[in-house]
Amino acid sequence: MRWLSDVTVRHLRRVAEWPDLGETKYRLLDELGRGGMGAVYLAEDTVLGRPVALKVVATGAAGGGTAERLWNEARVLARLEHPGIVPVHDAGALPDGRIFYAMKRVDGRRLDELAPDLPRLERLRAFQRLCEPVAFAHARGVVHRDLKPENVMVGPFGEVLVMDWGVAKALGGADASGPPGRAAADSPAVRTSEGAVVGTPAYMAPEQASGSGAVGAAADVYALGGILHFLVTGKAPFDDAGAAARARDGGRAEPPAPRDVAPDVPPALEAIVLRAMALDPGDRYPSVEALAAEVGRFCGGERVLAHDEGLPARVRRFAARYQTPILIVAAYLVMRAVLLLYGRR
Amino acid sequence: MNDDTGIGEGSGSFPATRASAVLAVRSESAAERERGLAVLLAAYWRPAYKYLRLRHRASNEDAKDLTQAFFARALEKDFFASYDPEKGSFRTYLRACLDRFVANETKAAQRQKRSPGAPLLSLDFEDAEAELARAEPADGKTPEQAFHDEFVRNLFALAVERLRSDCARRGKDLPFRLFERYELDRDPDEKLTYDRLADEVGLPVTQVTNFLAFARREFRRIVLETLREITASDREFRDEARRLLGDAAG
Repeated sequence: MRWLSDVTVRHLRRVAEWPDLGETKYRLLDELGRGGMGAVYLAEDTVLGRPVALKVVATGAAGGGTAERLWNEARVLARLEHPGIVPVHDAGALPDGRIFYAMKRVDGRRLDELAPDLPRLERLRAFQRLCEPVAFAHARGVVHRDLKPENVMVGPFGEVLVMDWGVAKALGGADASGPPGRAAADSPAVRTSEGAVVGTPAYMAPEQASGSGAVGAAADVYALGGILHFLVTGKAPFDDAGAAARARDGGRAEPPAPRDVAPDVPPALEAIVLRAMALDPGDRYPSVEALAAEVGRFCGGERVLAHDEGLPARVRRFAARYQTPILIVAAYLVMRAVLLLYGRR
Repeated sequence: MNDDTGIGEGSGSFPATRASAVLAVRSESAAERERGLAVLLAAYWRPAYKYLRLRHRASNEDAKDLTQAFFARALEKDFFASYDPEKGSFRTYLRACLDRFVANETKAAQRQKRSPGAPLLSLDFEDAEAELARAEPADGKTPEQAFHDEFVRNLFALAVERLRSDCARRGKDLPFRLFERYELDRDPDEKLTYDRLADEVGLPVTQVTNFLAFARREFRRIVLETLREITASDREFRDEARRLLGDAAG
């Protein structure tokens, strides 16, 4: 019998897991990555001659409603047409029985990998762009529930895409004009997710971590606050131990103040993070748009609503915002003073 | 659609194959019991032997004797018949039986009595010993992980052999050769593309990818059928399949 090295065994585990596309219009090209639900493969749509990404549920993934989550994700994506949300082209079952959906292939880098390479202002601009598809989804009655830097892709032209909508939830009274055959409100994940704790502990809102079921758009505002925390400090709001502790106490732990983690974070930016991550949903920004607008005010050198700044800070912000006109006026005044002095001689 | 391999949630079905070997060893029929033990022996004797060598630090000769005796005793005393699928996987049960067996043997110091004049079972220990010499060190692995890794290696090796013989029987040697070249023999650093492989064998790229897809599909089918055969229940099969393939990133 042939001996197989550890490297070959690892490779064969992947090969055996690769989807059987024999009776489909897709041709398998490569594996792009793996996650909790399954794997994403690069394939070619042989009919249209274009590359696509195929997300395929993992073998034997019977527990935890994985297939339902994949279906849910495909349906949610199909009803959210936005430049910041990956379009779905197709969905179904492979010849080997596994559920899959085909989506546009996304080139880019994950936000958690890219962020350290960006200056702060660009990180904040990316954050503002991230808020747009989330706000759009909320307007369509869909809450993501698992926003984190790892689920955000930034394309080569700075476009920001929100990924992994597997645990997204349609809110009551949402637009039910989902894909034909099944109304959105009947989607299995919408039903089964009620009361279940889904998401990532480090970015999860307290009401989500406690499993109370009262999870709405405010939970995404909290998670966005967590992402903003990461973008300004370079660290997730809770490390592994902190996230585990939150899971035990129902998510009531306060996140560390950004300036305690990175002292160079401006107080106004810290105030935005802390308001977005308030324990009580009522104390957070009322919407994602409000949060994005607040970050926009900070980037524009305007006064942010969450931060009660003193006079010195206000002067400094004013000086920073109007730096060029102030310099021109100052230069003019200095020149006039010099001319006056020389004129008297 | 081939339901034989349909273990995804879409079809949610068990591969339609022979009855579980784990259940077969409890059968009233002697022939069925023999078949069950033969399947389990093929799947587990190498992992058991290597486990004894590496984890119990048994010498080459002792490990041979213990492996022979363990499976012979299992046959004689119906060890495997008392396996309860509700309590865990058969693989874990078998390893626990092996640990217990070794402890009893050591305690009773019966190895001399047990040592037979002629081998009880025909097992290629030299081959297994040579594999051990080539294996990466198992330092830092738990006994369970080490046993599982050897189990997977053996399962895949059996599947490759079966793929080879199935392809030969069906006149599909070329797909197997391509599979062997692209998936088994390739150096990890070698940038072998479908185009280059097509050049090597003088076939169009589409035919190469079709042959490879066929061989991969057959390999997956054989692996899952074998796994099905050495598990006792649908749940155990799914758990093992998920651990084997679903976590393939690990």
